[in-house]
Amino acid sequence: MNAEAYIHLLKLLAPEAILVVTALVVLGLGLSPSSERMRPLLTRLTLFGGLVAASVLYLFSKNACILNGMVVLDPLGRIFKLVILGLGLITVIFSAASPVRRHYAEYLALILFSTVGMMLLAGTEELLMIFLALELTSISLYVLTAYLKDSTASAEAGLKYFLIGGVSAAFLLFGLSLVYGVAGTTNLRALVAISPALAGDPLMLVGIVLTLVGFGFKVAAVPFHLWAPDVYEGAPTPTAALVASGSKVAGFFILAKMLALGFGASVGMAAWSQFRPGWLPVLAIMAALSILLGNLAALVQSNVKRLLAYSAIAHSGYMLLGLTSASEAGFTAVLFYVIIYALTTIGAFGVVSVVERRRGGSQLQDFDGLHKTAPGLALCLLVFLISLAGIPPLAGFFGKFYMFSETLAASGKGANPSMLWLVVLAIALNAVSLYYYLIVLKHVFVAKPAEEERVKAPACGPLIAALALSVLLLGLFPNVLLEPLRAAVKNYTSSLVLP
Amino acid sequence: MILNATFLSAFLGVVLVLILPRRAEHFARWIALLAALAGLAFALKAFVGYDQSAGAPHFQYVTRIPWIDALGISFFTQADGISLILLVLTGIIAIAGVLFSWNVTRRPRAFFAFFLTIIGGVYGVFQSFDLFLLFVFYEIVIVPKYFLIAAWGSTNREYGAMKLTIFSVAGSALVLLATVATYAVSGVHSFDLLVLADHARVVFPPAFQIWAFPAMFLGFAVLAGIWPFHTWAPTGHVAAPTAVSMLLAGVVMKLGSYSALRVAMTLFPQGLEQWRTVIAVLATIGILYGALVALAQRDLKFVVGYSSVNHMGFVLLGLVTLNTIGLSGAVLQMFSHGIIGGLLFAVVGRMIYDRTHTREISALGAMGLSKALPFAAFTFTVASVASMGLPGFSGFIAEFTILSGSWKPFPLLLIPTGIGVVVTVAFTLRALQRSFFAPKEDGPPNPAAHHPPFDPITLAEKLGACLLMATTLGVGLYPKILLDPIMHSFGSPLMHQLIREVASK
Amino acid sequence: MNALTFLTLTPLLGAALVAAVPSRHTGYIRALGFGFMLSALFSALVLAFSYNRALGGIQFAERHEWIHELGVQYFLGVDGLSVMLILLTAIITPFALLASGGTLTKLNVVMMLLLETALIGTFTALNFIHWFLFYELSLVPAFFMIRSGGGKPAAVAAFRFFVYTLLGGLAMLVAFLAIQLATGTFDLVKLAAFGHAGAIDALLVARFGSLGSGGICLLVFAGIFLGLAVKVPVVPFHTWLPDAYAEAPSPVSMLLTGLMSKMGVYGFLRLLLPLFPVRMQELATPLLWLALITIVFSAVAALAQTDIKRLLAYSSVNHLGYCLLGIFAFAAVPHGLPNDRAAAMDGVMLQIFNHGLTASALFCFVAFLERRSGGLRGLADFGGLRTAAPVFAGLMGIAIFSSLGLPGLNGFVGEFLIFKGTFGLVWWAAAVAVIGLFVTAVFLLNLIQKVFTGPLSARWAKFPDLSAGEILTVAPVIALLFVLGIFPQVLIALFNKTVFLP
Repeated sequence: MNAEAYIHLLKLLAPEAILVVTALVVLGLGLSPSSERMRPLLTRLTLFGGLVAASVLYLFSKNACILNGMVVLDPLGRIFKLVILGLGLITVIFSAASPVRRHYAEYLALILFSTVGMMLLAGTEELLMIFLALELTSISLYVLTAYLKDSTASAEAGLKYFLIGGVSAAFLLFGLSLVYGVAGTTNLRALVAISPALAGDPLMLVGIVLTLVGFGFKVAAVPFHLWAPDVYEGAPTPTAALVASGSKVAGFFILAKMLALGFGASVGMAAWSQFRPGWLPVLAIMAALSILLGNLAALVQSNVKRLLAYSAIAHSGYMLLGLTSASEAGFTAVLFYVIIYALTTIGAFGVVSVVERRRGGSQLQDFDGLHKTAPGLALCLLVFLISLAGIPPLAGFFGKFYMFSETLAASGKGANPSMLWLVVLAIALNAVSLYYYLIVLKHVFVAKPAEEERVKAPACGPLIAALALSVLLLGLFPNVLLEPLRAAVKNYTSSLVLP
Repeated sequence: MILNATFLSAFLGVVLVLILPRRAEHFARWIALLAALAGLAFALKAFVGYDQSAGAPHFQYVTRIPWIDALGISFFTQADGISLILLVLTGIIAIAGVLFSWNVTRRPRAFFAFFLTIIGGVYGVFQSFDLFLLFVFYEIVIVPKYFLIAAWGSTNREYGAMKLTIFSVAGSALVLLATVATYAVSGVHSFDLLVLADHARVVFPPAFQIWAFPAMFLGFAVLAGIWPFHTWAPTGHVAAPTAVSMLLAGVVMKLGSYSALRVAMTLFPQGLEQWRTVIAVLATIGILYGALVALAQRDLKFVVGYSSVNHMGFVLLGLVTLNTIGLSGAVLQMFSHGIIGGLLFAVVGRMIYDRTHTREISALGAMGLSKALPFAAFTFTVASVASMGLPGFSGFIAEFTILSGSWKPFPLLLIPTGIGVVVTVAFTLRALQRSFFAPKEDGPPNPAAHHPPFDPITLAEKLGACLLMATTLGVGLYPKILLDPIMHSFGSPLMHQLIREVASK
Repeated sequence: MNALTFLTLTPLLGAALVAAVPSRHTGYIRALGFGFMLSALFSALVLAFSYNRALGGIQFAERHEWIHELGVQYFLGVDGLSVMLILLTAIITPFALLASGGTLTKLNVVMMLLLETALIGTFTALNFIHWFLFYELSLVPAFFMIRSGGGKPAAVAAFRFFVYTLLGGLAMLVAFLAIQLATGTFDLVKLAAFGHAGAIDALLVARFGSLGSGGICLLVFAGIFLGLAVKVPVVPFHTWLPDAYAEAPSPVSMLLTGLMSKMGVYGFLRLLLPLFPVRMQELATPLLWLALITIVFSAVAALAQTDIKRLLAYSSVNHLGYCLLGIFAFAAVPHGLPNDRAAAMDGVMLQIFNHGLTASALFCFVAFLERRSGGLRGLADFGGLRTAAPVFAGLMGIAIFSSLGLPGLNGFVGEFLIFKGTFGLVWWAAAVAVIGLFVTAVFLLNLIQKVFTGPLSARWAKFPDLSAGEILTVAPVIALLFVLGIFPQVLIALFNKTVFLP
């Protein structure tokens, strides 16, 4: 490539580049001896860099597709890049008060790097780039997880995450290479044209299944979820927040794209009495198991972070269910839901991080009487958890409702839609999930606090409140997010040449 | 718009209550009272203005705003006679509930905020004609119930609260399933109830209706206390603080029966035909069971709780008679039991328990309550007599009408129902007699209980009680005021396809 | 507003006003209550005089739609029988209040007024649901009044009274619901017309034929009969009565025996006889036997009593048994023997009114007795009171003899006419009923002997005679006992043209 091409590439990837530069600057500043006092400065610098990147992303809106699909810019991708960037920045704000004491600059830099990885993931349509971006994200997250050097839980979590992640990366790479071997191209759009001919090809199916295994790990779906509870519990809370929100958003986005484009024709079927091989039955089974295990295991948890981990597993299950719709409307619903979910989860983790700092732990007992000591935080936590439970009028309810409706609508008319069994399972266990969310809220609102005095609101208080308010408003007026998303998806599909 | 003002005033009340500073928290109850009064004022205005002339449309006060195009959901509210009656009921119970909670001093802001949220949700359900919107309002009611019971309740409150919530959520899950499935199967890109009902016979195949109807109906009927899924009701009612028991028995159970009528029965007529007899039998069992179990209770609030199951059985029976007489009786009984149930819980919870700290019938009997609290005795007597179905009160008209309507479709069920009525008289009289008018015997005093003299009945309690008593008496003597709007509603095509036969006069 | 509605609501208004007065002002309470009762009496007299006897039939009718869909109307009106009963109510209620001599609590006064409303309501109702409403309404004040006798037995008695009567009422309700479904109306006038034509049975069969044609008619009849049988009462449905009459305070017992029992007999005349004349004829024999058992059994039971109130309670059952005898005899022979039928029916009507007066007078005297004896009321407790309280003995004696049926007093006329008619219609029943007469004579004379004659024990040496107030209380009624004994035409003219009867 010549210089012109490189400059063009740089322009297209300007936001990511700005983030990388910011990360390097922060790293550099972190080398100075007075880094402790520089904490606020470092945080503000990071935020500044992020905001610049966001505005560049928002303002310079040109569509492009270069390098065989390695870098793709379109409205849909832009929306998701913005969301991911936002999540990264929120994580940075939460880190300001986190228990991370040493090597704070590196911590911020790693957050930025993983955010870059996720953004790259949102802006690519090429198999190798997908793998690369995933690795960038994952490796940064592994380190971020093990960051608390004096906590064995953190170290164990990090190691588990790394080992399991490494194995799944191997699966992913193997699967992707099989697909390439059969299809002869790594560009997803090109795969669209070829895939009908490959439908039913056993090697292709194996490749798809292996790819799904790799992604299953990424989004913590059963049976690839084993790392999630330990990571969510052991890692520093801002890391867990990023894992829960950002990596889910990016993961589901690219998974949806892959399934829609590349593997479109090898769908298969997963109705109650008819199974045909393809990726749909695999997803359906993963979804069913995740929903079951996630909800049932959460019932017995006594640590709130672990409870949120199992809840995350269950929510992955719901989103996989949405993906089984294999229709444009269904995928739109999943994309909508994943954004809602990310906002809600990151808010919940924000509250947890505040409580953890004050109480030194995140067991259920540490939340006792929060309504007295921090009524605003308690109210926000109420909003987040109830939204996760899928109770109106919050965004989580509408998201789930939309997903379930579109899944059923897409799976055939007639007396019994084919995915009915899965939706029944999902709704039933969603009802069960209210139980454990209420248990947490019971501690917050009903139990008596250890000390009675009101504590000063934390610095990130307004941010958490804004998140809660957005969850409420998106529940009342989902069109604010939904319509742009639908338009972007329509725009995207119309630009494809689908068989 | 006037309909929307009912729940908007309630939600506005929530916001106002929450922003009160700590020092001013005792104003919360005043704000709640104002919000409740406003709600009733709007509901009454709508009720009085309901045009019942022959050519008038059956549904009035329409508000329709497109909301979420992706699923064809709109913010669609309107009302017919049945809705308006239940809106007025909500208003009355809301005011009475606030009056009977006047003495809540622990965390009043949170208490009244949750209370008003429930009221707002209930108002919303009764006026929603978009299935999604109805479900949203229906669900809003669930979470505040949990907190109100768990934080301010009495006996076994955390268990009772969770049991009640889980049952409600389980019912809602069934409804959600049926809703989502309905949308998927109908192929109509809309959640408008009228549109879906129009499609009912054509588009929903019988094989679909045969499971969708029981899912939807049962999901709603759980909240209405259908046997055998009624077990949350006695435990939950007993655990709840007074105002919440009044709300639960008074309006929340009616959400279930109303929605069953409005949604399940109109959307799936063929499914209804298949399952009709089963529902009637379950309703009758509920009537009899509730009465028999109430007869054996030692805790006065449990007696009232089971009597709710008994009375709601009448509602469900009336619903499946599918003639104008039975259906109008069912709606009338919804209103009547709302008032009477509210009154009973008010006396037992607020007037008695708050003072005596016991609800054991034998302990109460030894206190000579008819002398110590004459107003409470009078109120409970009126409530008992009304609950028994004595003519002159609303309960008689309602139950009599339901029985008249049940005669043709379910003649055999009249026998157990009649026995149920008799047993109702027995347990009500027993409770009244033994708690208030027992001859004074010197037994060992209950150590946990307080004894006379008690604090006098406050003005707030008297106002609340008089409001409820006047309502039940008024409707009992002049039922036309409710029957006319109900009859006018039956003319709409939505109800028309429900009503199979014109009851013989 | 119609006169009858006004008459019905006057005592209700009085009840509300009295309830508002604080309990300490007992004087005001009694005065206010008495005032309202007097105004009701006055209105009743005006009604009785303005009733056009020559015309007969239903007058002062008032009709409003109430629940159109079910055919329930607010429909009232009076004929001669109703007027007579209203008059009886208006006389006895203040009589009872006076007899209490100031011992009644505020609750009781309120309840009395409420009961008066309920009674007038039943006696004027011409639509079954309207009738039923007031019928049920009467249960509540009666319950509370019986309870006020105090102690566990009173509570139990009140409870039993309430439940029995309520259940009976429910049986009637169900039966009339069936009738309404068959004929399409609750209107008693229309139903009587159907009944005269013998059409009700046919309509019931047409409507419910699927359930065994003959059976349904019998069931409906049985339902109504049962309800009324509990109220009158008919043996064996009478078990609630002795306890209730005995445990209630005596002024309350006056109301129970004088008025509430009449509701049952009135029910037979209004609700059963006009609607099912054919059936009553078919079932004449068993019905007559029931009446006879009532007469004889209660008389024998009265003989065995040692408590004066219980004795009078059984005596009350006995006297009402004669009413039933007359009615059943009347129904047994629907065609022919018009003189005997007229005699029987006239006798029944007279007996209703007279027994009301006499029985309540007797309980009034018992009230006086209790007041002096400190609550004692056993036959064995007294003796020789004639010497200590001659006026008391004399006046009570008059009442007792009236109850016995001494010619010249009102009790004779009714019983005589009943027997005359019955003997002509079903002679064997009359023959058996005579046993009752004998036994009645025995126990009443026994009462006189035990209480009034014989040696005066030291305990009662200071037994005060009737005070001026007490004499004033009973005087009007005693006078009536004589007047009606000598000039029964006064009453007969009133109900001569009573409607409904076939």
